[in-house]
Amino acid sequence: MNAPLLKTDRMGVTLTGNRILSDINIELQPNEIVTIVGPNGSGKTTLLRLLIGARKPTEGTITRAANLRIGYVPQKLTIDRTLPLSVDRFLSLADTSRKARSHALERVNLPGLEKRQMSSLSGGQFQRALLAQALLRKPNLLVLDEAAQGLDQPGEARFYQLIGELRDELGCCVLMVSHDLHVVMASSDRVICLNGHVCCEGTPTVVSATPEYRALFGYGTEGALALYRHDHDHSHHHDHAGDHHH
Amino acid sequence: MSFLDDFLVRAVIAGIGVAMAAGPLGCFVVWRRMAYFGDATSHAALLGVVLALAVEMPILPGVAIAAVAMALTVSLASGERYGADTMLGVAAHAALALGLVALSLMPNVRVDLSGYLFGDILSVSRADLVTIWGGAAIIVGILLWRWSRLLLATLNEDLAVSTGVNTHFEKIVLTVALALLVAVALQVVGALLITAMLIIPAAAARAVTGSPEAMARLAVLVGVLSVLAGLEASYHLDTPTGPSIVTASVVALVLTSMIGAIRGRKA
Repeated sequence: MNAPLLKTDRMGVTLTGNRILSDINIELQPNEIVTIVGPNGSGKTTLLRLLIGARKPTEGTITRAANLRIGYVPQKLTIDRTLPLSVDRFLSLADTSRKARSHALERVNLPGLEKRQMSSLSGGQFQRALLAQALLRKPNLLVLDEAAQGLDQPGEARFYQLIGELRDELGCCVLMVSHDLHVVMASSDRVICLNGHVCCEGTPTVVSATPEYRALFGYGTEGALALYRHDHDHSHHHDHAGDHHH
Repeated sequence: MSFLDDFLVRAVIAGIGVAMAAGPLGCFVVWRRMAYFGDATSHAALLGVVLALAVEMPILPGVAIAAVAMALTVSLASGERYGADTMLGVAAHAALALGLVALSLMPNVRVDLSGYLFGDILSVSRADLVTIWGGAAIIVGILLWRWSRLLLATLNEDLAVSTGVNTHFEKIVLTVALALLVAVALQVVGALLITAMLIIPAAAARAVTGSPEAMARLAVLVGVLSVLAGLEASYHLDTPTGPSIVTASVVALVLTSMIGAIRGRKA
């Protein structure tokens, strides 16, 4: 094993009296695709914000590699209508080289769109422009927060295929949040199942067989549906701590 | 004798100084939806005037201190019970009302109230010019220095943080710049119209520009032209100068909106 890009030790966060996350132990290695899954309100976005440094943990620690470079694709980026911003100007916030910017646009299949206003892009184009911006930072950790949300299914499939190719090219770690379980199973090396704490963790096959995962997502191909109607009685306490970190 | 002896020349130079700083700063006020915040800060200026008079210190530092205090208070206070607009509305009007009440309680002080409320650009002295241009230069300098970081923090805070931008610091930078502008612009357009000088030229520029930088530059131009047109109108029509400048900028906004609409239809 290489030195991890990022490592958390018993990290947790309490917001206005609510313990959102507790006892999180995560390690991210180069060249792996890690997906965080969990129901709404399970703390997925809070966890990402902790990892990128937008929020400080109230317990435990985060250790980041000295050479860590994060490329972040937010879940949603609302550009105020009063702010005129072309694709090229947006990308230039990440890289000042015009050549690098046009190259990044080609890489995400948006060639020649430099002059377009960000506000005039379609949902899929917009997400890919955000991805181009993240790539321009030459990341060794690419963080995507439900980045394919709002895309139709073929668009989403292409998006994740592109992410896989980029991991192979850059050798970076990709950390994604997703609630689309089919995508998770197809494209991740490792899945972290989150519900206020790490319920279970491992390769997609291993995780989908654990009782904790099934408690959250149900069985078999119905898993994706079960995500939305999963049983909230699932215990959030640490009475099964032995199962957590394999 | 010099051309600065002419009060109209001094007024023009003062107005241009304020417009130069208000243009780019006003863009951030518009992009970040801080118009109410601008009101709260500029209305606090009146309270600053009263406090300065009460302790017999120079007006300008008093205004700057009150504006900074108000700006930092409302930007750091988290609105848990009320919406942000309610909180800022309360702060803005409380500062204004308190200022007016406190002023009336000082019987031995005679001040030109309407000058503080609506500006008194025609009474700008040479020393005022130095203060106005000095303050404006500091504001423009701050904005140029932090421009990319401010832009990134305005777009998306998490994205900015992930690239190492300290968004809290950038917010304080903007807050202090705004308070400084209030102090500088008080004499030119008055406490009640400072927000107008910030947002109207920026809004006018938005309609016909395609990049943040172009919008900021055009906002400066609109502001400068509004100062010139407003002074001219005020001189010939004998109208109050501050409101005349703001009216001129509204005319500019209507014109650019029409140009923008016509262009949009062609495209």
